[in-house]
Amino acid sequence: MNHHARTRVPESIDIIGAGIAGTWQALLFAQAGCKVTLHERGDASMTESTGHWAGGMLAPFCESEAAEPLITRLGLRSLDLWRGALPETPFNGSLVVSHPRDRADFERFARLAEGHRRVDGGAIADLEPDLAGRFHDGLYFAQEGHVDPRHVLPALHEKLRAAGVPIEFKSAAGPDDFDGAVIDCRGIAARDTCPTLRGVKGEIVTVETAEIALSRPVRLIHPRWSLYVVPRANNRFLIGATTIESEDTGVSVRSALELLTAAYSIHPAFGEARIVAFGAALRPAFPDNLPRIVAGNRTVTVNGLYRHGFLLAPALAEVTVAHVMGERTDAEVVRCA
Amino acid sequence: MVQFYDKTFASRLLIGTALYPSPAIMQAAIRASGAGIVTVSLRRESAGGRIGNAFWDLIRALDVSVLPNTAGCRSVREAVTTAQLARELFDTPWIKLEVIGDDETLQPDVVGLVEAAGILIKDGFEVFPYCTEDLTVAMRLRDLGCRVIMPWAAPIGSARGITNRDALKLMRARLPDVTLVVDAGLGAPSHAADALELGYDAVLLNTAIARAADPVAMANAFRLAVESGRIAHDAGLMGPRDFASPSTPVVGTPFWHAVS
Repeated sequence: MNHHARTRVPESIDIIGAGIAGTWQALLFAQAGCKVTLHERGDASMTESTGHWAGGMLAPFCESEAAEPLITRLGLRSLDLWRGALPETPFNGSLVVSHPRDRADFERFARLAEGHRRVDGGAIADLEPDLAGRFHDGLYFAQEGHVDPRHVLPALHEKLRAAGVPIEFKSAAGPDDFDGAVIDCRGIAARDTCPTLRGVKGEIVTVETAEIALSRPVRLIHPRWSLYVVPRANNRFLIGATTIESEDTGVSVRSALELLTAAYSIHPAFGEARIVAFGAALRPAFPDNLPRIVAGNRTVTVNGLYRHGFLLAPALAEVTVAHVMGERTDAEVVRCA
Repeated sequence: MVQFYDKTFASRLLIGTALYPSPAIMQAAIRASGAGIVTVSLRRESAGGRIGNAFWDLIRALDVSVLPNTAGCRSVREAVTTAQLARELFDTPWIKLEVIGDDETLQPDVVGLVEAAGILIKDGFEVFPYCTEDLTVAMRLRDLGCRVIMPWAAPIGSARGITNRDALKLMRARLPDVTLVVDAGLGAPSHAADALELGYDAVLLNTAIARAADPVAMANAFRLAVESGRIAHDAGLMGPRDFASPSTPVVGTPFWHAVS
């Protein structure tokens, strides 16, 4: 035995949950040389995953308006990991605009968020020609990106299969069903072992119209929520998301009105768009809305990604791998069980 | 001490539970504010009454009195139904009654408010009505049995402070036995101190604390301002005067020069 070795590679690792958190864990553990198996309660369509309804914004700077510096730090690291894993990920920034009535909230956002520059009506028209003449000033976050969760998750699963990682769909496996190391990435389903985990409802609507094109997420200042319109393939747009302290997963008429009004007020062409789907999911969150990696004897729980699943998953996987391998421990995220 | 129906409280600050960056920060801010009463919106925060159990546990852990509100209701019927739902859910006769009459200013519909208050009081509720500075509306509410009345300082979330001082002073003078709370429109601790100096019994705040860059520090600032305003009121404020009045005689200035 070589007791001086700094790293220890577990023989095999079982990861539970093939959502965005578990998928990135599988990817980075496999890259580190572990024999990984990924287990998922749902089927390959992943429609039961919270990420199915996610915006997929990679926006660490926009999020710095309301989130702790930890989110920005992990998010920035994630941007690099996304670029590395999927070089085609669009990084053409995000745009924040507001209506004159929400001016005070817009200035507050500008004051609290980092990493932006102010843009006038002309610059907005250069970035998004279809918004010409509609907004006179905005904030441009040049370094941010976005992914479509419904494309990216299958693409990452395909990458895993190519790397020899089996994905067991329709699996009933729980954290106690294995003898070796387990990474628990069950999200909101892990409430049985994380009593302080709660669900925070987020509602979205997808619409389709060929009358307007956007090349980046447009965020509209709203007094209560972070509302954005994210362009998707095939003339589709995701409009989201509410943030409601409820564990119900229905979409209320009030929320639908607010989401659709937001899109309509960004551009009236959305008034003629076809509604594709309404949806809601519960974001798993701890009371401080910050992610946690809880390291037990055999099981490591990664949870509480809240509104930031796609933004945080890569960096959290990197932190988990470094901890499990005994290389280093990020004390701001890793706790002992 | 301040009286809200049959309960007394040391703190003269009531605080809302919406818009904080996280429940943990909400808890810390409420503790820092010293508030003994928190308002919870049944509609905005809970989607038709199905408030998240985990979130509700976090509020319960604070060991404060909960004042459910009917925020967002636009008709008498909607407000009454929401109040009944709140009584079941939170097991309290208290209700902050809000009937919005105008979407632009979120101004209370005072006609609907008086009607809804009458229905709820007959049904056994202890009503905390959110109203404008109109004296006759406040008198109607008192006559119906409201022992707490909550006029606005300025529109909800506007952070403008007291915009109609004379009307609020008049209401205080004419309703000496009602617990009067300035609700809505306060943006700075100085605004809260202002309300207490006018003789108001308490203030109700949410946005000014929750949306501060540091909500916990801002909650502490409001706590101090509310205490300060009340102490100043009790100590007896000097009234404003039209001319300078030196606190020490200006020795050597002949009086005929001083009045010229």
